[in-house]
Amino acid sequence: MALLQAIVERARRFQGQKLVTKVYELYRTDNLAKIGMFLFGVYLLMAIFGPLLAPYDPLTINKDASDSVIRLSEPTANHWFGTTNYGRDIFSQWLIGARISLVVGSVAALFATTLGTVIGLTAAYYGGWVDDILMRFTDLVYGLPGLPFVIALVFILGSSLMNIILVIALIQWRITARVIRSEALSIKERPYIESAESIGASDARIIFLHILPNVLPLVILYMALTTAWSILMEASISFLGFAAPNQLSWGRMMYQVYNAGVIRDAWWWVLPPGLSIMLLVMSVFFIGRALEKVTNPDLRH
Amino acid sequence: MLEIENLNVRYETDQGEAVHAVDGVDLTLQPNETLGLVGESGCGKTTLAKSLIGLLGRNGEIVDGSIDFKGRDLTTLSKGELRKEIRWKEISMIPQNAMNGFDPVYTVGKQIVQVIRHHEEGVTKDEAWDRARELFEQLGLEEERVEDYPHQFSGGMAQRAMIALAISLNPTILLADEPTTALDVVIQDRILRRINELQNELNSSMILVTHDMSVVAETCDRIAVMYGGRIVECADTETILKNPKHPYTIGLRNAFPDITEESQELVSIPGAPPELVDPVDECRFAPRCPFAKTECWDGHPDATHFGDGHRAECFRAHEGEQLRAAGEDPETWTDMQDEKQASEVSHD
Repeated sequence: MALLQAIVERARRFQGQKLVTKVYELYRTDNLAKIGMFLFGVYLLMAIFGPLLAPYDPLTINKDASDSVIRLSEPTANHWFGTTNYGRDIFSQWLIGARISLVVGSVAALFATTLGTVIGLTAAYYGGWVDDILMRFTDLVYGLPGLPFVIALVFILGSSLMNIILVIALIQWRITARVIRSEALSIKERPYIESAESIGASDARIIFLHILPNVLPLVILYMALTTAWSILMEASISFLGFAAPNQLSWGRMMYQVYNAGVIRDAWWWVLPPGLSIMLLVMSVFFIGRALEKVTNPDLRH
Repeated sequence: MLEIENLNVRYETDQGEAVHAVDGVDLTLQPNETLGLVGESGCGKTTLAKSLIGLLGRNGEIVDGSIDFKGRDLTTLSKGELRKEIRWKEISMIPQNAMNGFDPVYTVGKQIVQVIRHHEEGVTKDEAWDRARELFEQLGLEEERVEDYPHQFSGGMAQRAMIALAISLNPTILLADEPTTALDVVIQDRILRRINELQNELNSSMILVTHDMSVVAETCDRIAVMYGGRIVECADTETILKNPKHPYTIGLRNAFPDITEESQELVSIPGAPPELVDPVDECRFAPRCPFAKTECWDGHPDATHFGDGHRAECFRAHEGEQLRAAGEDPETWTDMQDEKQASEVSHD
C-alpha cells in the first residue's frame, strides 16, 4: 500500500506528465494533428510490417498462365495496384518502399538536428570568434543549392543508403543551427546560467545540462520539420536516379515509371508512390505544426 | 584572510570604450566577519563581488591589482583552477534574484545534489539527497519541498533555497548580492537573521552587497561605502552610522529613515553616480558634493586614516564634524542643486 502511494506520488510530481498532457490536449483540439498522427501511424506500420505483408517479391517478374509476362496490367484481383513494364507487382513495391522513406527521413533528421543543435549551442555559448566562424560557415551552407549539392556529393561518395542519409544531414543542419543559436543566446543570459557558472560548472556541463534542456522543445520541433524535408529530398534524389539500385523507395518507383515512358498512362503505377510521398510529408508537417504550438504559445490564438 | 589590493576591473563596451567599474579598490575581510558593501546602483559593488570568483563575463577583465585569498592570488589563477578549487567550495554566491537563480528544468533538490556531487568525490546520491533535505530544514523549509521545481516556490522560499545551495559546501566566504532586495521586510528580516546564524555556525565570512543602509546597519560588522568604482569610506558599522567622515556617506545616511526620530525629512543626494567611462582625475563625488572646494577638482584624494581601520577618501575628511552638522540640514543639499541649476541656466 505504501509502495502504491509512493508510486502515485511520483507520478503526480512527474513534470514530464504535464508536458504529455499538454501535448495530448493540443492533439485533441487540433484536427489536422489528428489526421497527421493517423497517417503517420499508418505509414509507420507499413514501414515495420510492409515486407511481411507484401504478397509478391517486389523484383519477381510475374507471368500469367500462358507464361507471358504481365506487362503494365491495370489493377486486378491478383495485382491490386497493377504491374510494371517488367511485370513486377506494384502493391508489393509500394509496401516495401515505405521503409526507406521513413528510415532516411528520420535518421537524416536525427543527424541533422544533432549536428545543428551542437553547432548552434556552441556558437551561442562561446560567442566572439567561435560564433563568427560557425555562423559564417552556416551562412555558407545556406548559400549551397540543396539538391545539386546532395547529388554531387552522392556522386562522389557513391550511392549507398548511408551516404544519402549523411549527405541529406550535411545540408539540413543549417536551419536548426540558426534557430537553436538564437534561442540559446537568450537562455545563456538568464541568471541561472550565471549561477551555474559561479557554482563551478564546466562549459560542457552548462551547455548540455543547463542550456540544452531549456531549448529541447525547439529541437524536437525542428527535428519534425527536418524529417519532412529529408523525406522529400530522398524522394527527389531517387527520382533523379542517384539512389543505390537496390534501394527500393517511392522516389525510385517514380524514377522507373518515368524511365519506362508511361508516366502519363500508367496511373496505377504513378499514384501510389506519388500520393504516399505527399501524404507522409503532409502528416509530418501537421505533427510539426502541433508541436510548434506547444513551443510557441502565441500560435494557439 | 581576504586581501584586495588596488583592484582595477574594466569592461569593454561595444563602442570600444573602457568602463572603469572598479578603480583601485583596497579591502580586507577578516575570518568570521560580515562586511557590508553599500552604494548606489552602478557604483561597482556587484562587479567587485563577482571579480573575486572571476565572473566578469566576456567583456570584463581585471587589469590591475591582486586578490590575496589564503595565500593565493585569485587574479592569477586559471579558469579551471578557479572553477575546481575556488568557486562554491571556498567562495559561494547568493545571486540578486533567487527566483531566476535556479534552472527551471530541474528540481531544486536535484540542483543541490548536483552541486554536492560535482565538488565532492565519493558522495553517494542518497547521502547528497539527505544533505539537501538537511539544508532545507536548516533554512526552515519543509524537507519534502526538495522534490519541487523552482517555479513552485514563492520568492522568499526560493531565496532560502538559494541560500541552502550557497552553503551546501560550507564555503569560507559567502558573497550575498542584494539577497533580500526582492522580498518584503518581514521575510527580509527573517532571512538576514538566518544567514547571520548560519554564518556563525559555519564560521564563514560574508560580503553583503546592498544599497539598503538599514540592512547593513542590522547585519554587518563593518561597512565599506562604494562610489564611482572606489571605496570612499570604510569603518565598523557604528562609526559609519554615527561618525561618518565622507560627504557621500553623510548623504547616504540622510536618505534613509531613522525610526528613533519622530518626524524626519528624508534628503536624497541630487544627481546620479558618475559614468565610469574614462573617469577624469578629480574626486568622483565632487560634482554632487555640497562641500567641494577647488582642490577637489584637481585630483583624487588619498585615503585619510582615523585609526581602528576607519579610512575615508576626502580632502575635507578631517572636518568630518562640521560636514556632518551641515550635511544633516536638508537645505545644504537642495541649495547646492539650486545653485547648480542656476549656474547651468546662466551658462546657456
